[in-house]
Amino acid sequence: MVLKAFFPTCCVSVDSGLLVGRWVPEHSSAVVLAVLHFPFIPIQVKQLLAQVRQASEVGVAVLGTWCHCRQEPEESLGRFLEGLGAVFPHEPWLQLCRERGGTLWSCEVTHRQAPTDPSAPGEDQVMLIFYDQRQVLLSQLHPPTVLPDRQAGATPASTGGLAAVFDTVARSEVLFRSDRFDEGPVRLSHWQSEGVEASILAELARRASGPVCLLLASLLSLVSAVGACRVFKLWPLSFVGSKLSTCEQLRHRLEHLTLIFSTRKAENSAQLMRKANTVASVLLDVALGLTLLSWLHGRSRIGHLADALVPVADHVAEELQHLLQWLMGAPAGLKMNRALDQVLGRFFLYHIHLWISYIHLMSPFIEHILWHVGLSACLGLTVALSLLSDIIALLTFHIYCFYVYGARLYCLKIHGLSSLWRLFRGKKWNVLRQRVDSCSYDLDQLFIGTLLFTILLFLLPTTALYYLVFTLLRLLVVAVQGLIHLLVDLINSLPLYSLGLRLCRPYRLAAGVKFRVLQHEAGRPLRLLMQINPLPYSRVMHTYRLPSCGCHPKDSWGALCRKLFFGELIYPWRQRGDKQD
Amino acid sequence: MEDERSFSDICGGRLALQRRYYSPSCREFCLRCPRLSLRSLTAVTCTVWLAAYGLFTLCENSMILSAAIFITLLGLLGYLHFVKIDQETLLIIDSLGIQMTSSYASGKESTTFIEMGKVKDIVINEAIYMQKVIYYLCILLKDPVEPHGIAQVVPVFQSAKPRLDCLIEVYRSCQEILAHQKATSTSP
Repeated sequence: MVLKAFFPTCCVSVDSGLLVGRWVPEHSSAVVLAVLHFPFIPIQVKQLLAQVRQASEVGVAVLGTWCHCRQEPEESLGRFLEGLGAVFPHEPWLQLCRERGGTLWSCEVTHRQAPTDPSAPGEDQVMLIFYDQRQVLLSQLHPPTVLPDRQAGATPASTGGLAAVFDTVARSEVLFRSDRFDEGPVRLSHWQSEGVEASILAELARRASGPVCLLLASLLSLVSAVGACRVFKLWPLSFVGSKLSTCEQLRHRLEHLTLIFSTRKAENSAQLMRKANTVASVLLDVALGLTLLSWLHGRSRIGHLADALVPVADHVAEELQHLLQWLMGAPAGLKMNRALDQVLGRFFLYHIHLWISYIHLMSPFIEHILWHVGLSACLGLTVALSLLSDIIALLTFHIYCFYVYGARLYCLKIHGLSSLWRLFRGKKWNVLRQRVDSCSYDLDQLFIGTLLFTILLFLLPTTALYYLVFTLLRLLVVAVQGLIHLLVDLINSLPLYSLGLRLCRPYRLAAGVKFRVLQHEAGRPLRLLMQINPLPYSRVMHTYRLPSCGCHPKDSWGALCRKLFFGELIYPWRQRGDKQD
Repeated sequence: MEDERSFSDICGGRLALQRRYYSPSCREFCLRCPRLSLRSLTAVTCTVWLAAYGLFTLCENSMILSAAIFITLLGLLGYLHFVKIDQETLLIIDSLGIQMTSSYASGKESTTFIEMGKVKDIVINEAIYMQKVIYYLCILLKDPVEPHGIAQVVPVFQSAKPRLDCLIEVYRSCQEILAHQKATSTSP
């Protein structure tokens, strides 16, 4: 197998020294983590490596020597470097050399023992792969490969060689903690040797987050305890709470806030991203909500809105009355059964009259209600939108009632018709066997059954038309509510932090790597540059989507059409934990 | 060592295959597709603008004309950035993996790298494409669960679609490297 030497780009121009890193025998790759410069005492080097091995559980060792000749190559240095192979025994021993001019690289591999495989080619081919240490350290491969074996040096052979490289660099952070300003026994060169990266703001935030999280977590647990008390489990409040989407949204947000301010540290990077995304989502929500609040409360817009609301409700009721008058006449040229038409029409007209009186009764209080509802926008735009959706549901309650009346009548009629049709053909529904069986009826049964069948059949167009009209209206209202829910869902589940990270620091989220072949000379080892291939935006969205409320339609289109045809009531939005009707 | 030859794709367009032989364990194949032809670009632009002018004479609204210009520009930019592939490259490195790069006309590059441990074989397959039967080169990936199964088939040179003679050249070179890799790999 070709030997692959992974060399950090930050060490390309450093002075000569020893190569410190990890050897992965399954993939025949040597991952160089740092360069140790002269002068050094071998005992101290071995002690340092043993400490690093214990702290990071990575099998770091001295892999070979690095020689950077700025002038003519020195003979004495060459022999000195060869002698080091005896002090730090490692199999195989690498000797990397970069000659003057900078573009001439050479790499020699010496094996102490004779190769066990007689068919292997005599000369080992070596490939030099340069990698950016900082990017590889900070990046995270997707899909994350789980390396179960964390013993020093052991890697299951089934994992890819690149995952092993990423894992080695990520776990060797302890080696990168010292920089050249530290007075240590040895002098290392790695990505942080010019100065350890740190941020004052990050440190302050870390110190402050402990007590703040504790305080807020206790506050939130108090709020959830209040919310879970027995009063809310009693029938009227629990029913109302399950039907209103605002309560659902508030509960969802409370869960999010509990997650953010929990004092438990995130165990792996997925949980950390989840927390960060939740924080970003909550912040965006509150920011948008405050913008809405300032817009609403400025220049007495609430007054205008309240003034416009009652006329709009009146207008809608008037339109509905016109519609019913039209249905009571000869709608679209169809001839309706006059008596049934009049009965249904008058019934619905009275219903509308009641509703309008109710709206007029409420009209002095509307402005106050709207003002207080507008205040709720400071909890977040999603809460305001859910409230809007609930207000629409309440204002169009009469349409919902009409739909239920029409649907029930139609459903009754359809069931009656199907049962009497079976009688007409001399069959019966066998409840025991759940199938249609033939049955012999008496003459008077047949007579009455046929009569009723005829009556129901000729009344069908009228009922069907009322049902159709009110179902369409109801579907319109459901579509508007659905759009609002979609928007709320979008704000809830958008992983803003991950998208921002992909935009500004694309190397953090890696889908894989890509290689570029650097200038190649005959007789020299092949040199490749390894770069991080960032994750495409679609996969970022897919992997880091926050779980939404779960209010998406449960019925497929086919089932929906079937329900509409048979007059069964449709409830497109089922919340979590709702009983099935 | 570089080598360039001219082939044709399944529709008869001219392709240029550039082979680079870096070392016994690393080879690169670069297929350059025919460029965007001025004729088709002019034809599309003229149709769109004629249609917009026709609508303008009907509606007397000059917004239609500016909208048509805007749409043409955006459409062209979108086409160059997301659809038109200029060059497809296959880089095969012994014991490391296989890398496929597509360069778009706007300069964007999209790369996929498959590790050698996952590659089972490279084969030439036949497929029914619209009304033709074409040959295409594809990489077979190993199934982690079943040792003789195939988890996925990854086609190579999907937008260039070269003919069989070009594919045979690439196939032979790749098989040399794969054979060498299988002979020297440590795992059975």
